[in-house]
Amino acid sequence: MTPNTITAGHDAGASATPAYPMKRGCPFDPPAELAQLRTEKPISRVRLWDGSSPWLVTRYEDVRSVLADPRVSADTDRPGYPATSAAILARRKNTRSFIGMDDPEHSTYRKMLISDFTVRRTGSLRPLVEKIVNELLDAMERGPRPVDLVEAFALPLPSMVICQMLGVPYADHDFFQSHSRALLDLSVDVQESMRANDELREYLTGLVAAKEAEPTDDVLGRLAQQRVLTGELSRDDAVSMALLLLVAGHETTANMLGLGTLTLLRHPEQAAEVRDGDPGVVNSAVEELLRLLTVVHSGRRRVAIEDIEIGGVTIHAGEGIIAAGEAANRDPAAFVLPDDLDIHRADNHHVAFGFGVHQCLGQPLARLELQIAYPALLRRFPGLRVDVPIEEIRFRDQMIVYGVQALPVSW
Amino acid sequence: MKIATDRERCIGAGQCVLNAPDVFDQDDEGTVVVLDDHPSPVEEPAVRAAEHACPARVISLVS
Repeated sequence: MTPNTITAGHDAGASATPAYPMKRGCPFDPPAELAQLRTEKPISRVRLWDGSSPWLVTRYEDVRSVLADPRVSADTDRPGYPATSAAILARRKNTRSFIGMDDPEHSTYRKMLISDFTVRRTGSLRPLVEKIVNELLDAMERGPRPVDLVEAFALPLPSMVICQMLGVPYADHDFFQSHSRALLDLSVDVQESMRANDELREYLTGLVAAKEAEPTDDVLGRLAQQRVLTGELSRDDAVSMALLLLVAGHETTANMLGLGTLTLLRHPEQAAEVRDGDPGVVNSAVEELLRLLTVVHSGRRRVAIEDIEIGGVTIHAGEGIIAAGEAANRDPAAFVLPDDLDIHRADNHHVAFGFGVHQCLGQPLARLELQIAYPALLRRFPGLRVDVPIEEIRFRDQMIVYGVQALPVSW
Repeated sequence: MKIATDRERCIGAGQCVLNAPDVFDQDDEGTVVVLDDHPSPVEEPAVRAAEHACPARVISLVS
């Protein structure tokens, strides 16, 4: 595909249409062009990898409106849906999960899982999360310095928690972590991505089948016994759900932990307050990091199913829409001094978990892990510091979930 | 102040419980439950926050 390819039905002025996603300048901020678009042309066409030119929505209120609008579809099979990459487009053929469906189909699947992700149910996992956090910190304390915080703490914590919840053996973590990474890496080609997807499916199919034969007290065990064996859910659909939960369950929180810790270390006074651990401060610090970092950084993808008027622009039925949460979360109309870290920020109703009926199912779990992990890490190692110059840190620009590749730390 | 919710369209994101834990809860299926549908005025900012945060827009305040 050449960069100038324009496919039928797309914007005639595509040559002047900016490519999306854009490149970051500062690794801690979204691309500057996004802020410019938000001010000058808050709903405008962008050009994607496949030459298509969906609408990019950048203002906070518009992003919320679009994502909550029943005339806007998340169905990845609809013509005009703006696919993130060729690999993701190809993978859809055998893995269609409920984040890519509309109601009522979407809610049928989501409702099978909600009871495991309520605020109260998730809160009951606190002792488990605290135990895992402490064990990982113990191991770090005993081990050599410097150590990669991502490998020693940020990735294993959410990975162990989601494994416990789902009933996936953590012993297999090398396998599913590397495969998850391949699924989220935009630089991986279609074939490799498909292979990772197929191998993960095969692994999870075996797991679900085993849980049909032998009941286990975990999310996949309950799905197998209460939904698959009753004929309510096919094993294939259960596997698609498992795949979504497994990948989403560890990559997102892991990157919030890595990039969030780096951000806190760059703001020592605010880090000290998080370390002191006042629950109100910790909770608002977590919301602020979620807002500021918005690690799901290449928009929420949708397609219009009717003509809609938004911000003076008509989006026609069949046109793709990208709701740029990463831009919305820096909108000065919604957040005072939006580019600053302010762990005391009040009324922080960010869209880091999305908005509308597809808003993240696992958000109570993410919050719980982050609220426990940041202060525990900073308390255990009060002298925690990044062990390399900032220029040497590699950021995850090519990944669907942004963050740091590695974070060498010492104390 | 009176609270109205649409339990049919609730998606169980739990934003209401986070923002106004004395007014909202989730049942075992995750669906919103209003603990007090005529809360005292001191709860109003929290209830307004819940109304704003609800991703499925199923909470409304009727005054």
